[in-house]
Amino acid sequence: MKTKELIATVLIIIFFAICKWLLPKPLQFSPLVSTIIMIAMGLLFVFILIRTLMGKYIERRIVFILVGIALLLPFFMQFELPLQISPEVQSAVDELKKLPPGSKVLASFDYDPPSAPELQPMADAFMQYAFEHDLKVIVMGLWPQGPQQAQQAVEAAFEKNPQLANEVVYGVDFVNLGFQSGNEFVVQRMGESFKAMFPTDINGTPYEELPLVRNITNFSNIDFSLNFSAGKPGTQEWVQIAVDRFNLKMAAGNTAVQAPMIYPFLNAGQLVGLMGGMSGAAEFEKATEKTGKATTYLLSQSFAHMVVIAFIIIGNVAFFREKKENK
Amino acid sequence: MEQFWADFGIWLGAVLTLGIISFLYKDNIFYKAAEAIFVGISAGYWFVVFFWDNMVGKFWAQTVGAAPGETQWYPWIGFILGVLMLARLSNKIGWISRWPLAFVVGATAGLYMMIFFVSNAMTQVAATIRPFIQTGHMSIFNSLIIAIGVICGLIYFFFSKEHKGAFGGAAKLGIWFLMITFGASFGYTVMSRMSLMLGRLDFLFGDWLQMIP
Repeated sequence: MKTKELIATVLIIIFFAICKWLLPKPLQFSPLVSTIIMIAMGLLFVFILIRTLMGKYIERRIVFILVGIALLLPFFMQFELPLQISPEVQSAVDELKKLPPGSKVLASFDYDPPSAPELQPMADAFMQYAFEHDLKVIVMGLWPQGPQQAQQAVEAAFEKNPQLANEVVYGVDFVNLGFQSGNEFVVQRMGESFKAMFPTDINGTPYEELPLVRNITNFSNIDFSLNFSAGKPGTQEWVQIAVDRFNLKMAAGNTAVQAPMIYPFLNAGQLVGLMGGMSGAAEFEKATEKTGKATTYLLSQSFAHMVVIAFIIIGNVAFFREKKENK
Repeated sequence: MEQFWADFGIWLGAVLTLGIISFLYKDNIFYKAAEAIFVGISAGYWFVVFFWDNMVGKFWAQTVGAAPGETQWYPWIGFILGVLMLARLSNKIGWISRWPLAFVVGATAGLYMMIFFVSNAMTQVAATIRPFIQTGHMSIFNSLIIAIGVICGLIYFFFSKEHKGAFGGAAKLGIWFLMITFGASFGYTVMSRMSLMLGRLDFLFGDWLQMIP
């Protein structure tokens, strides 16, 4: 290891040691400090732009650090971002609100922990909303870790509203059918028989012994469905088979990467609503009045987007400057 | 003791996260170690999941381990096809692995042929050809944009006629539509990657350092 790298490693360790043992917990900036930080960041970018105009370019690692800072700082700030609910999220929430108490909702959790920052806030908000409005939730996953994410959403709902922990009865109000391998073939088979794909729930309890699902044969017994998806198998497969073939009414929550591929299904009316990425999650939280992590995350994301836009402008300035110099 | 292991897990996660992030500086031993641990654990995890779910949960439970009178014969087909797939490991009998592969390709093609045709082709075409006269100016505008975008996009990919004159203009408009689509898609990807980083920062500064309110 070179001296420069050794110094960097020691500095990082010192930074985290200070954060761990010396700084107050939790750390929260006052509005004045937050404003000063914002202004300082703005001035820093003006400085970088001037240096770029002078032909002194910054290193790519500075870009990484500044994007990281932009993502991190809003966690400690007290700004509230104005948020408008998009029609596709509103439509998903409207469909949920139309459901009378006792309606059976199938929620498929087709994602794993890496996608949790985007999808877990939607799942948490949905689960709390469903339990508070007496919707009967049947959970499953085409991804092995999906049912665990669902369990986390249930625990988050109970933590936010402790009364639910006493009211919600497993097997009657909520069932976790667990994971089933086979990708889209699972959905296809569920069109004929849920029990064939899930003979037991996640705990090994036989299907017929679960009051909520024992009378459910296939999708025709489901009132509404919500799919949280981070890829394949996910929303596309659910639309192709469950929606188009078996007429299941469905809304979806997707990662931002996946959302542009899912929008055509919304436009064609195959989906009744769509929540795309962090912004979709924050809008869903607002529409269901279950403020959670997505609302906090969105501020960080918006701040980081401003930094990225600033760097795009600076990068273009550098490009045109070099082009002019080469002429 | 339980708290100790919970804290140990958080510390381990924090150290490995920092190891992965250190790649932004440059490739280094901490990154390589974290990457190797991640790949190893992932492979082990998937093996265990599929072993218990498929081999034990689906095959064993319905054949050898089934209660008397409930034994099924069809899981043996999957078992045999699975074993044939392993023939790929031998140069001499490697060709046998094409049989199970042909089965998988055939079954998937059979299912996809119809569902893609209905959901991704016909329904989308129907959604493109929408009546322009609708309630609300925005709906009319949206329908027009979709129709123009699709037609111009298709013209761009029509190479049997030279892209000149009005035809060339439409093709140029088509490439603009494509570029805007790719740009929107890229923007969403950036948003998603930021979210991943946010998740890690939340873990580092929240669960580990407990600084986030």
